[in-house]
Amino acid sequence: MSDIKYILGLFEDPDEMLHGIDKLQENNIGIYDVYTPMPIHGIENKLGVKRSRLDIVAFICGITGTFTGFGMIYYMMAVDWPMNIGGKPNFAIPDFIPITFELTVLFCAFGMVSAFFFRTHLFPGRAPRVMELRASADRFVIAIDAKKGFDSQKIDELLKEAGAIEIKHNDRKYVSYE
Amino acid sequence: MSSHNESILREPLITGKDITYAKITEDVLWPVENKPNRAWWIGFIVAAMGACLWLFAVSYTFWNGIGAWGLNKTVGWAWDITGFVWWVGIGHAGTLISAVLLLFRQKWRNSINRSAEAMTIFAVICAATYVVSHMGRPWLAYWPLPLPNQFGSLWVNFNSPLVWDVFAISTYFSVSLVFWYVGLLPDIATIRDRATGLKRRIYSILSFGWNGSVKSWQRFETVSLILAGVATPLVLSVHTIVSMDFATSVIPGWHTTIFPPYFVAGAIFSGFAMVQTLLLVTRKVLGLENYITMFHIESMNKIIVLTGSIVGVAYLSEFFVAWYSGVEGEQYTFIHRFTGPYWWAGCMMYGCNVVMPQLFWFKKIRTNIAISWCLSIIVNIGMWFERFVIIVLSLHRDYLPSSWAMFYPTWVDISIFIGSIGVFFTLFLLFIRVLPSVAMAEVRLLLKTSSEQAKKKLIAEGKVNKEEVEYYVESLDSYDSVEQADYVKI
Repeated sequence: MSDIKYILGLFEDPDEMLHGIDKLQENNIGIYDVYTPMPIHGIENKLGVKRSRLDIVAFICGITGTFTGFGMIYYMMAVDWPMNIGGKPNFAIPDFIPITFELTVLFCAFGMVSAFFFRTHLFPGRAPRVMELRASADRFVIAIDAKKGFDSQKIDELLKEAGAIEIKHNDRKYVSYE
Repeated sequence: MSSHNESILREPLITGKDITYAKITEDVLWPVENKPNRAWWIGFIVAAMGACLWLFAVSYTFWNGIGAWGLNKTVGWAWDITGFVWWVGIGHAGTLISAVLLLFRQKWRNSINRSAEAMTIFAVICAATYVVSHMGRPWLAYWPLPLPNQFGSLWVNFNSPLVWDVFAISTYFSVSLVFWYVGLLPDIATIRDRATGLKRRIYSILSFGWNGSVKSWQRFETVSLILAGVATPLVLSVHTIVSMDFATSVIPGWHTTIFPPYFVAGAIFSGFAMVQTLLLVTRKVLGLENYITMFHIESMNKIIVLTGSIVGVAYLSEFFVAWYSGVEGEQYTFIHRFTGPYWWAGCMMYGCNVVMPQLFWFKKIRTNIAISWCLSIIVNIGMWFERFVIIVLSLHRDYLPSSWAMFYPTWVDISIFIGSIGVFFTLFLLFIRVLPSVAMAEVRLLLKTSSEQAKKKLIAEGKVNKEEVEYYVESLDSYDSVEQADYVKI
């Protein structure tokens, strides 16, 4: 039994899985992570996952875009080569708004998504850190680190009681994609 | 929470019996995991032939210059910009569905957003190719970008709406692409985990290593919401700026302050019509009737009649302002849409865009698939004529009667237009074969609350009152994927 690294509880129903999380936590069993095929609200709070700060990143990137866009246009139109276009003012703020806006959106979207990929370690070709293949289709999976010294029998019982339809004792952490 | 029950008065977003999370995956991935059927091949071959025609006609234009088109010194913009604005307009529904409807928490968007976004991207590609090929010297296509150069540097003129347009379209394209791809990651991971061999390797690379952990989903949701927030004003800005290409000029028929809202409404109108055209066929061919239900079809038809009527009001105000301005040239431009040599184009525009969609006020028509499909095609045609009327009719009789001319398209004009439709359908048909055409992760969210079976269970449990049940069962009457007989015994 000592080879077991992770215990997975596979649920068919998200509500039963949430119930399973409660059961485990009532018994002071730490949960490593939860893998689901769709976003389920409420798990973050149960597991104590802090709120994402990507909104702050988005704001900073967006405001950077605003200043970059406006600054660039100002420099080109009013400083570097002010051109006489029908005698109109060179520093024509209303005309600068559309591109300033577009660059705000562009910087915001790309900055935030890059930060998301960077922090979540998502990039093309990365080996997927997946514990259970069906977790991306129709199974809601609670993973428990077996090396933490919890009573595995107790874990099995609790998961079963909560409605897990299958319990896996895995001796390697991730599924091999080779 | 996934466990709450939705009101029985709302129509279901997933129909059918015994739908499970596994069944959703099976149904949606069926076209991706199986060999294509004959209908797909026929469609693909026809579309690919169109794409080849496009390639040939565009190459011919590049080689010979835009003299190959039917333009003359009076009509300097015709089918090229008509095609460009038409495609950009079509490209508006996808981001509208995925962004605006997300902000409004319209759950019915979950089943149609993926294919609508794909459609957006392909339509913007078609639009961009028009822009490049109408330049005459496409190898200088980077000139509208403010790049340092050996002329000074001589910068671009940032007062010009054409430069705004370059920024707007390229931002719109890249942000839509990012939005679409981020949404695809969990679904690509599903394909990856079900596939074997080379297919698994390819989808593994494409999935970026998505694993569906709590933190990834939390960030995913934050990113989706903020992207929706920034994409919403972006959608509105793009067609506003396209309209300014015209509105900031001094040509009667273009020089109109109502253009921005009018173009945005028209873009949503034509975009939804194209989504309707594609999805009514796709749901049938791919067997997705349980996920793209009558409720979706009817909702889109309601948006079509709403935006079509907004466009109608814009047309009326154009006529009113032309008359009220007292300017003879302005008045002539509008009246000659009915009395000039292009009266038939004017009739197509007003008839297809304003008169025909009014049929959607009748529920019988809104919920009739064949009629909805025909009307969506009519709207597409009408919106093409709208751009043709705005562009060519305003130009061909200019200030100087001695230079008045007509526009006659050459075979190159026609081939590029037909070819661009071929390019669009080639890309769309490839898309439904290699990527899931319905956002599976988002549809799974609907299963426990908004599906027909969840509501049926509520009725069986007797927790809801009788009149509400009757109302609900009656509303299912028009669904082609629901059997009324199931409800008789309950």
